[in-house]
Amino acid sequence: MKRRVAITGLGAVSPLGVGAGPLIDRWADGQSGIADGEGRCADFEPTDHLSRKELRRADRFTQMALTASGEALAQAGFNGDKPVPAERTACVVGTGIGGIGTIEEQHLVLEHKGAGQVSPLAIPLLMANAASGSVAMKNDLRGQCYGVVSACAAGAHAIGAGVRMIQYGDADACLVGGSEAAITPLASAAFGSMAAISPTGESRPFDARRDGFVMGEGAGALMLEDEESARERGAEILGVIAGYGATADAHHLTAPEPSGDGAARAIALALEDAGIEAGQIDYVNAHGTSTPLNDRAETEALQTALGDHAADTPVSSLKSAIGHLLGAAGAVEAVATTLALSRGTAPPTVGWEERDEGMDLDYVPDSARPLEHEGDEPLRAISNSFGFGGHNAVLCIEAAS
Amino acid sequence: MSTETVSREKIESRVEDALVEFGAERDDIGPDAKFESLDVDSLDLVELAQIVEEDYGVQITGEDMKSLDTVGKAVDFVEARLS
Repeated sequence: MKRRVAITGLGAVSPLGVGAGPLIDRWADGQSGIADGEGRCADFEPTDHLSRKELRRADRFTQMALTASGEALAQAGFNGDKPVPAERTACVVGTGIGGIGTIEEQHLVLEHKGAGQVSPLAIPLLMANAASGSVAMKNDLRGQCYGVVSACAAGAHAIGAGVRMIQYGDADACLVGGSEAAITPLASAAFGSMAAISPTGESRPFDARRDGFVMGEGAGALMLEDEESARERGAEILGVIAGYGATADAHHLTAPEPSGDGAARAIALALEDAGIEAGQIDYVNAHGTSTPLNDRAETEALQTALGDHAADTPVSSLKSAIGHLLGAAGAVEAVATTLALSRGTAPPTVGWEERDEGMDLDYVPDSARPLEHEGDEPLRAISNSFGFGGHNAVLCIEAAS
Repeated sequence: MSTETVSREKIESRVEDALVEFGAERDDIGPDAKFESLDVDSLDLVELAQIVEEDYGVQITGEDMKSLDTVGKAVDFVEARLS
């Protein structure tokens, strides 16, 4: 029998503030962290969280990963004497692009000062696995450790990797997360050229007026543990990752498969892994990017995977409040989903007003809504993440019981 | 990049600033301080060499670096090349 995977720590750095608390408090309150068409982490002051040496040896995406991970590890009680042996504690952190700020900066050095002045730290800062390696190093986590790269699905894939390790017994604990700091001149220009970014600077997932995503940055982290041993040691269980499913569209480099077939299969796999039926899902934390194609295909996917139950299920997108955090999105959204379930609330799709033809789900307009169902089963949600390249990763999260 | 008027004090001060930037504590830095004890590693030393080259035009190769294990020895090396 598979082991169950408990969540014992949460951490976030997001445009709504530093910490998992401000993320859920402000989102549930309908606030937005987007300013001037960007979701920057304006409250994140790296020197408050990291030493001079750590700062110099970390691109911004790693700085955010270290900070969010620190919060999750501390909450789970891993910041001092560790409750799980270091060798049995793994670490997987996803990113879409990695240290693109470092790449751009060092390319300027190369152009202007020559090869001899390019920093010896350039590669260790820009590599996409820098966040996972740095988190493991700082916190002495000695089990499996690697980065996951699958564009905007990376955060969810990283969590899925940790879930499998614990289910299978490869690790007893795993720090998982995602991180991204790609609001840089090159990345912004490139997303702009693809016409993926909203020209109006508005993140309006599932709204008829949606016209592209808003770039965001940040990091999310979760401490996962074998539920049985976490309970034995008296850890506070914040939720359970009951299931994980992942697929590929094999369709197009950037566009989702219009019927949402790949996404629907990932949802079905996550439900199967959790051993539950579609009708047992109380809330959907959507990928909901605010692009015309994603939000329509995701709606199709939900209708396929959840059937008649889709129409009765609240569906909301955190990207309405923070923009698109790319490789961090799945992790930050899993943090928010866990907290939404434990509070029994479906936070709103901030700013949703106009229904688009054929998109008939309940997108939780206006304000947060209580989540309730009959019986004494725990509340359950799915959190969807899809990435350029056709990657689909879905987590099934359960409230702690 | 003048090679005429750089005083030893100036080189010492530049090296000290660089080491602080790398994460070392200023109070721990002195001529006899070993780079290893300052937690300054080979990656930092390459950056130090780049700074010295940019500011003073003095090249320090990886081979040179092997024998420069203290702050004082590094300053001596730069000073000798400039005189």
